[in-house]
Amino acid sequence: MKTNEERVIFAGFGGQGVMLMGQMLAYIATDEALHTVWIPSYGPETRGGTANCSVTIAKQMINSPIITEADSAVVLNLPSLQKFEPRLKKNGLLIVNESAIEQYPYRQDIRVLSLDANRMALKLGNLKVANMIMLGAYLEATGIFPKEALFKIFKKTFTGSKETLLEMNYQAVELGMETVRNQA
Amino acid sequence: MAKVLMKGNEAMALAAIKGGCDAFFGYPITPQNEIPEYLSTHMADHGRVFVQAESEVAAINMVYGASGAGARVLTSSSSPGIALKQEGISYMAGSELPCVIISVMRGGPGLGGIQPSQGDYNQITRGGGNGDYHVLAFAPETLLETVDIVKQAFDLADYYRNPVMIAVDGLIGQMMEPVDLDKKPPRKKLKPKDWAAEGLSGVRGHRNTIVSLHLDPYELEKHNLRLKKKYDEMVKKEQRYEMIRMDDAEIAIVAYGSVARIARSAVLTLREKGIKVGIIRPLSIWPFPEKAFVETPDSVHTLLVAEMSLGQMLQDVKIVNNGQRTIKFYGRAGGVVPEAEEIVKEVQKIVRGRQS
Repeated sequence: MKTNEERVIFAGFGGQGVMLMGQMLAYIATDEALHTVWIPSYGPETRGGTANCSVTIAKQMINSPIITEADSAVVLNLPSLQKFEPRLKKNGLLIVNESAIEQYPYRQDIRVLSLDANRMALKLGNLKVANMIMLGAYLEATGIFPKEALFKIFKKTFTGSKETLLEMNYQAVELGMETVRNQA
Repeated sequence: MAKVLMKGNEAMALAAIKGGCDAFFGYPITPQNEIPEYLSTHMADHGRVFVQAESEVAAINMVYGASGAGARVLTSSSSPGIALKQEGISYMAGSELPCVIISVMRGGPGLGGIQPSQGDYNQITRGGGNGDYHVLAFAPETLLETVDIVKQAFDLADYYRNPVMIAVDGLIGQMMEPVDLDKKPPRKKLKPKDWAAEGLSGVRGHRNTIVSLHLDPYELEKHNLRLKKKYDEMVKKEQRYEMIRMDDAEIAIVAYGSVARIARSAVLTLREKGIKVGIIRPLSIWPFPEKAFVETPDSVHTLLVAEMSLGQMLQDVKIVNNGQRTIKFYGRAGGVVPEAEEIVKEVQKIVRGRQS
C-alpha cells in the first residue's frame, strides 16, 4: 500500500457479491498486518435490492470507521452509482460495471474506469465472477496490493467442493487487471 | 499470534468461548444474530451447551437456572429483546447469580429499527428491572477492546456474583476488524462456587438454595445493604475510561463506543485547525467513570456530550459535573450514525460562541 489510508466503497445489487469483494480486500489487509474495518449495509437486504460495504485500510489505527469521503468506489449498478459517486473525493477513483450502466454524466473531477464485467464474466463461464473482474480492476487501478495477495485469500476461501471455482476466479481477477492496463 | 479478521458478533461469540463460557441461551434478533449463529455450531465443538430458547424470557430464566447450578453462562440480544429479559436480570442480581449479557443496541423505542443506536444507555445503567440493583456494564470502542472485555466479563461476573453487560451498538456487531483472540486479559482470583445448587447437597450435608424472595423487611434490608457494599466496591474498582488528547484540552468531547471513534476523527480535524479538544471516553458506563472528570484538567471549560441517543449519558455527565463546566450536547437517534464532520461543527460552534 502506497498511501497511509484507503477508503473504498463497493456497491451493487444484492447477489452480485459486493460484500465479498470488500471482505476479500479486508482479509488481504489483515494478512499484511494493516489496520482495516469492513462495514456492511445491513437491514432488509434481498437478492436484487441494493447492497454495499465500505472498507478502510490504514497503516495507523482507524478512527471513524464511517466513510464520508471515499478515495475509491466500485459500483455494479445504476442506483449505487447515483448514491456513491457524490461521496468520492476530488480526483477519486470510480470503477463502474458498464454492463449495468451505459450512459452517465460522470463528474469531471474524478477518474472513471468502465468495464463490461457481466459480458466478460459470461465469457469466462459464470456471471457470478463479475465481482472478481471488478476487484481485479480495482487492484490494478490503485496498485494497492498485488494479485498474489488476493490469490492467497482465494486459496483459503475456496476449499473443499469450492476448490473447482479457484481457476475461474484467478482468471476473472487477471482479466479485470488486463482490461484496466489496456485502458491506460 | 497474528490477528484474524472477524465480524463483531462472531468475535464476541468466540471471545465468550475463550472466556470460559459453559452455556448459551438466547433468542434471535437483528443486529446480533451472528452471535447465536456462531455459537450454535461452535459451542458443541467445545463440548458446551447451546440452546435456542422459545423466547427471550425463557432464555434469561434458563440463564438463571444454569448460573444457579454454577455454570458460566451467556445470553445476547438487542434492545427490545433486552427489555424482555429485564425481569430475569433483576432476579439474578437479587439472587446474586453471575452471568454475561451482550446487548447489541438498535434504534427504539418499541420495535424501533435495526440500525445502530446507543438509546439503551438508561435501560442498561439504570436497569429495566425492579429493585435496588446494578449491573456492571462496559461499552467498548473497537473490536480488539470488545473481545478483551467479553473475555474478562466472565471472571468479573463470578467475582461479584452479579450480571455483567457488554453494551455495543449495531455497528460494532456488524463490522469486521482484525482481532487478537489469544491475548490473555487480566484474571480475577476466584473463590469456588460453594453457593451453587449443583445437586450435591447429599455430599455436602446441607442444601444450597437460590432465592430472590425475602419476606421479612429487616432481612431484605440487610440483603440490600450487602448488595450495596458490592456495588460500592464496583464503583471503587471498576471505573474504566480513556483520556484522549486531554493534557492541554479546552473542550472535551464525552463519547463512548462507536461515537468515541468518530470523535477521534473529529479531534484530528479540529487540532489541525488549532482547536484544543480532547475526548473523555467512558469504557465502563456503570459504574460511570467519575474519576475521569476529577482528572480532567482545569483548562477544560466545556464538555460536549455526543451520543447516539437524545441525551442519556448526558444525565450522568451533568451529575458528575455538578455545575462546574458548561455542558453542550449533540445526539443522533433512530439508527443514524453521526459523521465526524457533524461533531467538528458542534465544537466550532462552541468556539465561536465563546469568542462573541
